[in-house]
Amino acid sequence: MNTTVVILFLLIVASTLIITYFAAKRTRTANEFYTAGGGLTGWQNGLAIAGDYLSAASFLGIAGSIALTGFDGFFFSIGYLVAYLVVLFIVAEPLRNLGKYTLADMINARFDAKKVRGVAALSTITIVIFYMIAQLVGAGALIQLLFNIDYWLAVLIVGVMMTIYVLFGGMTATSWVQIIKAVLLMAATVVISFIVLSKFNFNIATMFTKMKTATPLGEDFLNPGVKYKNPLDTISLMTALVLGTAGLPHILMRFFTVKDAQTARSSVMWATWIVGIFYILTVFLGFGAAAFVGSEKIVEANEAGNMAAPLLAQVLGGDFLMSFVSAVAFATILAVVSGLVLSGASAFAHDIYGQIIKKGKITERQQVLAAKYASLGVAVLSILLALFAQNMNVAFLVSLAFCIAGSANLPVIVYTIFWKRFNTAGAISAMLSGLTSALVLVSISPSVFSPTEGAAIFVGNPIFPLTNPAIISVPLGFLGGYLGTVLSGKTDFVRYAEVKFRANTGYRDK
Amino acid sequence: MNHAEQKVEVEKTKFERIIETGKFKELMDQKKKFLVPCTVFFLLFYFALPIMTSYTKLLHQPAFGDINWAWIFAFAQFIMTWTLVTIYMKKSSKFDKLAADVTEEFVKKGESK
Repeated sequence: MNTTVVILFLLIVASTLIITYFAAKRTRTANEFYTAGGGLTGWQNGLAIAGDYLSAASFLGIAGSIALTGFDGFFFSIGYLVAYLVVLFIVAEPLRNLGKYTLADMINARFDAKKVRGVAALSTITIVIFYMIAQLVGAGALIQLLFNIDYWLAVLIVGVMMTIYVLFGGMTATSWVQIIKAVLLMAATVVISFIVLSKFNFNIATMFTKMKTATPLGEDFLNPGVKYKNPLDTISLMTALVLGTAGLPHILMRFFTVKDAQTARSSVMWATWIVGIFYILTVFLGFGAAAFVGSEKIVEANEAGNMAAPLLAQVLGGDFLMSFVSAVAFATILAVVSGLVLSGASAFAHDIYGQIIKKGKITERQQVLAAKYASLGVAVLSILLALFAQNMNVAFLVSLAFCIAGSANLPVIVYTIFWKRFNTAGAISAMLSGLTSALVLVSISPSVFSPTEGAAIFVGNPIFPLTNPAIISVPLGFLGGYLGTVLSGKTDFVRYAEVKFRANTGYRDK
Repeated sequence: MNHAEQKVEVEKTKFERIIETGKFKELMDQKKKFLVPCTVFFLLFYFALPIMTSYTKLLHQPAFGDINWAWIFAFAQFIMTWTLVTIYMKKSSKFDKLAADVTEEFVKKGESK
């Protein structure tokens, strides 16, 4: 660990703590805690969405994947971006118009049933826990490598930081940590990409020509099919990526931080540009790492390729650039896990405690207290789980989170907004069938069972052939919602008229 | 039989009335005319990529120098996303105007209470 990296690391810690200090003064009510008072502008929320979304898996994972498998690594970049069209066209505006703090609020604008709220909270919590373990385990492993400290200490540092932001600064602190992280991440990525491109004389055609011979894969590096050989598995993965984003609780929650649907819309536009430019640049990170670091060295540092970007930074800009990139990776992790804590806490404190147990009869002070206890609880639970899950495969946890989000949350969102006949039983069966089918199919998939020892959690033959079950579980979520509705037969058209009007106009009672 | 009779008797709520107005229907129509074809298009465009790379080798053919069609199609996904977002941002100001009109009508009629 050199001095530069320590200084940059402390700078990030200090500046985020200062933000938290000022944010704490503005975090008195539940509304301020969960939504930063709903006063973010379009570009602010757009940057915050990017900061919330671009995890270490994106920054380090995709760069490594492209470096090691060429074109196939780029699939993630495409799926993660196109997903924002689903968010923009279907989810963002109605969500803003109908909801208050959580996804369950939005669904309950139509049903007002405790059971629906409970199941929505359950699916939110499940997604948050899987995503959180993935982030923390990844963070621990990464910080261990970057700063040369023990795994448990790394997890603890990240865990304590995220707890402080959320506990004291709520959504205001979380948003600004995410905004700063997005700016830093973009800066680091642009600088590295620029240097990589300069090494190819600023000629993209030359870069591709050189890449043909730069890696052990030869020409195949530029062709699809190096990593994904099973067609259905590839399509299933792409399904999870494009449909999952619109159901991720921490992303959905960001739309409550703006004042109306127009601002929600413009924040997606900003996010699409920032996230899109970032994902295009992952090509340069990946190609650069493959060409100038070499796959042998990348794999040696970390089998999954997670160290590709930091190693590339070292080759291109020495210890300083490497330290900067490491610090950015640290900030990246902090921003994502804080958003996750907040969305997990909102499901516990607002949905389960405030609305189900207390039936909405809860004072402002109690709401804030509940939110803080829940944040603390979610943070401690995730840290404990992460400490025990050190050897879990991170990529599988992330893809599982996306898969549940697409299977359990997206169908119910779509039906709530667009389907007149949809009812309470349908909402519950949509979420439960999506959630359980995703969980069951993954637990019997090759990610969990592998004939070779050490390749998965258990040794054995997988019963379900696909590593990502989205292609089956998303349709099952929709089917569950359809059957639940049709078989139970009760429908409240009057309530739907109200929801339709509010969702499309943003009308709210004064 | 009893149920059906009761339904007819119930007076329509303010929300049922407002969604049956011409303005609101026009808003829904315009949104549908834009969003449905766009959503179908981008999903087809998106899934065409993994389907073509998985089942055919068509995209392995070089397009410009050593850049093959797979990369061109991949970059086209980005262009497609940004284009659709830009078009939607323009279109949506029309939706906003209609929505504002409908809301105004709703408030004027005193239905907002």
